Amino acid sequence: MALAPESIVPGKGLIGWIDQRFPLTKLWKDQVAEYYAPKNFNFWYYFGVLSLVVLANQLITGIFLTMNYKPSSAEAFASVEYIMRDVEWGWLIRYMHSTGASAFFIVIYLHMFRALLYGSARKPRELIWIFGCLIFLLLMAEAFMGYVLPWGNMSYWGAQVIVSLFSSIPVIGGGLVEWIRGDYYIADATLNRFFALHVAALPLALVFLVIAHLMALHEVGSNNPDGIEIKKHKGADGHPLDGIPFHPYYTTKDLVGIVGFLLLFCGVIFFVPTFGGLFLESPNFEPANPLQTPPHIAPVWYFTPFYAMLRAVPSFAGTQVWGVMVMGAAVLILFLVPWLDKSPVKSIRYKGPMYKIALAIFVVSFFALAVCGLKPPAGIYPTLAKVCTVLYFLFFILMPIYTKFDKTKPVPERVTGHD
Amino acid sequence: MSDVVDHSRRRLLTAGTVGVGAIGVAFAAMPFIASWLPSARAKALGAPVEVDASKLDPGQAMKVVWRGQAVYIVRRVKAVVDQLGNHDAMLADPQSDDSQQPAYIKASGAARARDPEIWVGLAVCTHLGCSPLSAFEPNNSFQVAGADLGANWPGGFYCPCHGSKYDISGRVFKNMPAPKNLTVPPYAISANTRISIGVDDAPKAVS
Repeated sequence: MALAPESIVPGKGLIGWIDQRFPLTKLWKDQVAEYYAPKNFNFWYYFGVLSLVVLANQLITGIFLTMNYKPSSAEAFASVEYIMRDVEWGWLIRYMHSTGASAFFIVIYLHMFRALLYGSARKPRELIWIFGCLIFLLLMAEAFMGYVLPWGNMSYWGAQVIVSLFSSIPVIGGGLVEWIRGDYYIADATLNRFFALHVAALPLALVFLVIAHLMALHEVGSNNPDGIEIKKHKGADGHPLDGIPFHPYYTTKDLVGIVGFLLLFCGVIFFVPTFGGLFLESPNFEPANPLQTPPHIAPVWYFTPFYAMLRAVPSFAGTQVWGVMVMGAAVLILFLVPWLDKSPVKSIRYKGPMYKIALAIFVVSFFALAVCGLKPPAGIYPTLAKVCTVLYFLFFILMPIYTKFDKTKPVPERVTGHD
Repeated sequence: MSDVVDHSRRRLLTAGTVGVGAIGVAFAAMPFIASWLPSARAKALGAPVEVDASKLDPGQAMKVVWRGQAVYIVRRVKAVVDQLGNHDAMLADPQSDDSQQPAYIKASGAARARDPEIWVGLAVCTHLGCSPLSAFEPNNSFQVAGADLGANWPGGFYCPCHGSKYDISGRVFKNMPAPKNLTVPPYAISANTRISIGVDDAPKAVS
């Protein structure tokens, strides 16, 4: 059926001419046409390709937005309104970009949750996971800087709060913040450099990391809902018995997922682009005003779980650095997941009740933290945020213990649910 | 000439070349890193500002901009000034030991001001830089963000972002997200209630 790599004979015509000078056919076969993926992928396996779709959306709409956007504190807000009102189809391009930012985090969070479900971070896929965590980290920086660019009042005060996080670092904090802002306050210089990072430096780094993420994935092969290695059982042709070529099988299947995603995505763009103040916050429809803090500063929804952790930690010994450290640790602890999970099985299908309960508590506390971060720090929310911060960290810190003692079910030799 | 390759010599030369190259790269990176510092224009715009506070009635506050930051100027009623020392037990840093202010402000104790009836301080929360709101009325049930400042509220500032509370001298209460009292910038008051923010001594009158 499929050709072994050495049997690729340079063809005739244009493709043959190229193949003798550039590994075009080889790349296509290695990465797509003869990349054997497990045949039992389920719904959760859509979110990888969907994040690629959203990345492409962000790159294309972003390039077109820069054609009319002006990165200066005097003109930025007006230029965004100009895009919204006067540029032909500008409103659509901007809403595609702003909705795309939220969609990016939705698909990324679900993609990461998939890894926790099926043990996709475990050996031999640690590096795929680490590249993924780096992508998540960069994506947060990219989203934060992008949110500053419209220079609305929430942009301004959000930047003020986040940049001030660095001032809590002892000794160098003050100078570091001045260096990041390029002024004594969030000013034109800050906006201009955030623009440079948002449209050039970070997207380049992101694309590079995505390529590394995919290369590492195609090197070791995809995990699957059973969490077993399909490469253990190969057919006479040297391909995994439980694997099917990515193209045309998964390209076709993914198209269905992409269409479903685009239906929802377009629904938001056309009918609820602000998503009730979650995707675009109402104070951001006023220009930045350094003298007037919005009555309640909340970051965009995808940052609120981490923001809630920041607020949950009180200052101690004359510094608020602890909250910042907890927030940073909440992201950095993700990198350790491949080594924290000591279970003999990867997939939740064969894990015991302890992991299932721990994961459920983790998901509930993550959602609760997201709500706490959106609400003002009053009433029940500060206490709830403290409790959920502890639960969030316990999921990771206790993972080596509960995965070790958890009762597991026997793992099948071959993937289930398919003939 | 010997045909034998001296590997240790080659390693030493390679390491030396890489080392010198790395130092060169570090030096070449300096201008790029330094380009993020405040520019000469930003520094020039950070000069002191002069404000006429004579129009403030007792109990009123105004905000002015200095280095792009909001600065509160509050004309305090004498009765409020007299009560300033009464709630020290509720404060995190009543003597302003850990907070930022010029020495002459710290020496003024609970007033934290050159003139007890005029208070000057940055409207920048020491937690994460939000702008605290004025909530001067004692015992008020200040409804910002649903927070109730309570029956013992002596009047002061309230930060709407994370709920930090300060008294009317900008001193933070205990167990707040903010670790320090509001920063007082260097300033000087001349005879006709002209306040110069950003300098310790009033500029000599030019007339």
